[in-house]
Amino acid sequence: MAESNFWVDYILPLLLIVGYIAAIVVPVLLVVAVVTYGERKIWAAMQYRKGPNVVGPFGLFQPLADGLKLLMKETIIPTGANRILFIMAPMIMFALGLIGWAVIPFDTHLVLADINVGILYLFAVSSLGVYGIIIAGWASNSKYGFLGAMRSAAQMVSYEVSIGFVLVTVMLAAGSLNLSDIVEAQKGLWFFIPLAPMFIIYFISALAETNRTPFDLPEAEGELVAGYQVEYSAMTWALFMLGEYANIVLLSGLCVILFLGGWLPPFHVEPFIWIPGVVWFIAKTAFVIFLFTWVRATMPRYRYDQLMRLGWKVFLPASLAWVVITAGAMHLFGWMPQ
Amino acid sequence: MAEQQIKPLTMNFGPQHPAAHGVLRLVLEMDGEVVQRADPHIGLLHRGTEKLIEHKTYLQAVPYFDRLDYVSPMNQEHAYALAVEKLLGIEVPARGQYIRVLYAEIGRILNHLLNITTFALDVGAMTPLLWGFEEREKLMGFYERVSGARLHAAYFRPGGVHQDLPTGLLEDIKAWADQFPLFINDMESLLTGNRIFKQRTVDIGVVSREEALDHGFSGPVLRASGVPWDLRTAQPYDAYGDMDFDVPIGKTGDCYARYLVRVEEMRQSLKIIRQCAEKMPDGPVKSLEKKITPPKRGEMKRSMEALIHHFKLYTEGYHVPAGETYAAVEAPKGEFAVYLVSDGSNKPYRCKIRAPGFAFLAATDFLCKGHMLADTVAIIGSLDIVFGEIDR
Repeated sequence: MAESNFWVDYILPLLLIVGYIAAIVVPVLLVVAVVTYGERKIWAAMQYRKGPNVVGPFGLFQPLADGLKLLMKETIIPTGANRILFIMAPMIMFALGLIGWAVIPFDTHLVLADINVGILYLFAVSSLGVYGIIIAGWASNSKYGFLGAMRSAAQMVSYEVSIGFVLVTVMLAAGSLNLSDIVEAQKGLWFFIPLAPMFIIYFISALAETNRTPFDLPEAEGELVAGYQVEYSAMTWALFMLGEYANIVLLSGLCVILFLGGWLPPFHVEPFIWIPGVVWFIAKTAFVIFLFTWVRATMPRYRYDQLMRLGWKVFLPASLAWVVITAGAMHLFGWMPQ
Repeated sequence: MAEQQIKPLTMNFGPQHPAAHGVLRLVLEMDGEVVQRADPHIGLLHRGTEKLIEHKTYLQAVPYFDRLDYVSPMNQEHAYALAVEKLLGIEVPARGQYIRVLYAEIGRILNHLLNITTFALDVGAMTPLLWGFEEREKLMGFYERVSGARLHAAYFRPGGVHQDLPTGLLEDIKAWADQFPLFINDMESLLTGNRIFKQRTVDIGVVSREEALDHGFSGPVLRASGVPWDLRTAQPYDAYGDMDFDVPIGKTGDCYARYLVRVEEMRQSLKIIRQCAEKMPDGPVKSLEKKITPPKRGEMKRSMEALIHHFKLYTEGYHVPAGETYAAVEAPKGEFAVYLVSDGSNKPYRCKIRAPGFAFLAATDFLCKGHMLADTVAIIGSLDIVFGEIDR
């Protein structure tokens, strides 16, 4: 009896969880590969180029070829580097890019961990991302890498503050910290309409959070060559990239959940509700990722001090004011969710 | 306790650096992100051009000029051709002059396209570069059709140009000139009004009128500081006297003004190109002086004298009367000039090249001091530094 209990009580759930995790991580990594391909194709279209078109049909296997190439290459560790930290940093980045997906609801009840503080969990995970970068910049013992890491630390900390206030407004509007509840709360009206300014602030802060143009200072090619990634090669570098893109997809997904109604169809009428929620979720996320890509093809890069000014003097007061306005309005008109 | 001097962070900016424009090496002394001293190093691309020219005949020296500022090769040849012609005392026929002006302006657009778009890339906008290279490709096609080479043309030669324009080329250039303004508009829509681009360039690397003159600046960088000095109008050479165009002047002398001046210069160059294409006279393209310019191939087959001229020109070359001269052209980057000394033989005694970029590079410290690291990149981009001409 006791033995069978051990199997049923411990091993089976463990296997189940591992299965769930694999069921999320594998598609996510696949999506990351597709995103790198799609991004290159979109840029190419915007820049009168063809983009990858040699490997496989329409160049679709390009990400696989890239991945394979990076896998075969030698991982170079600079002599002056702190070996343990140097190897650890990309791992941290990669792991952080993946664990956030635990709380993302893809459809009604289709979520690995339906915890009540999902939004806080995500916030914590994205805040940890800065460690990967700082450790990478510090451990590689390079001036470029170090400057990149310094910039990145300042940048991510600054923009997290405004993202925090954006999350507060959404929490106020939804009356819950649970991501599924937040989506359900948008049944009548997606939040990007009543919270339009916050939607914009969230999107721009997400750009800064993921170090994308116009906030790609930590890896500013023109100044710091590749910033904190400068000494990385092969798989260590690939892990950075995978983590970065997984993070982009994650923040795009979060954007969809917070503002664009998650898995909900745009109108609750016949042809739209036939389509399963997962498809809506993926389509919306793809759209947000497209916005990320579009911005990168169009915008120059901010300077370090301008970026800080924007974060602290524009976004922070604006988001703070909007929190007060939202809370005030909801209290005044009795819109508070029960 | 004794005061302690903290050693500033020294950083090597280049020579292997994506924003260093060729083999530029700047040794930066930084206080955090702020540049305290920028020490430019030269010599990494030194090829001894000036000395090599002393061992080549006057004609053989032409290709060296393509390799100076390889972004606008024909403009360099222009200065050399003018210098040799001055010493020889020969005139270039009208058609030759028009072709030269036409191609000098194409070279200007080639240069500005590269400079503006790489400048944009340096501040983080990558799309203009790829759009711009599409246009550069077409212009290099025109280079190829007239000289056989996309880059190292060796087309402007003492006495005129090497060959006449092939049939249909003028029409194609006209057709290109009609669509090019659309490209400029597209590019401007990405940069000129872009807030981030303006934040990165306005009030960065400001050069006042006096400072620009003191540092020996020329070209767009000088004009962006408000000095209306352009050799094409100040001392017109070749057919520039017949052309109707404006010289754009900047007011503020910052990176943004330099960008605006270059954009407007592209439009003015287009105006000149159109005029050249419309007014292109008929006639010979090079001087009829048989001792200087080679005979036609057909003539060589018939005339003994032409054959002898051809043989002499391509072996010994021509002798240039003793003397010295200074010929300057308004190259895209500024005043590009050749100081040529002849001792009466078939080879130059001395050929000193004045490259506009040298003065810009020398001023890097003065321009970058007190700015942030990211501004250094913007400043270098706006100065239009190409190491081929600086190191020679």
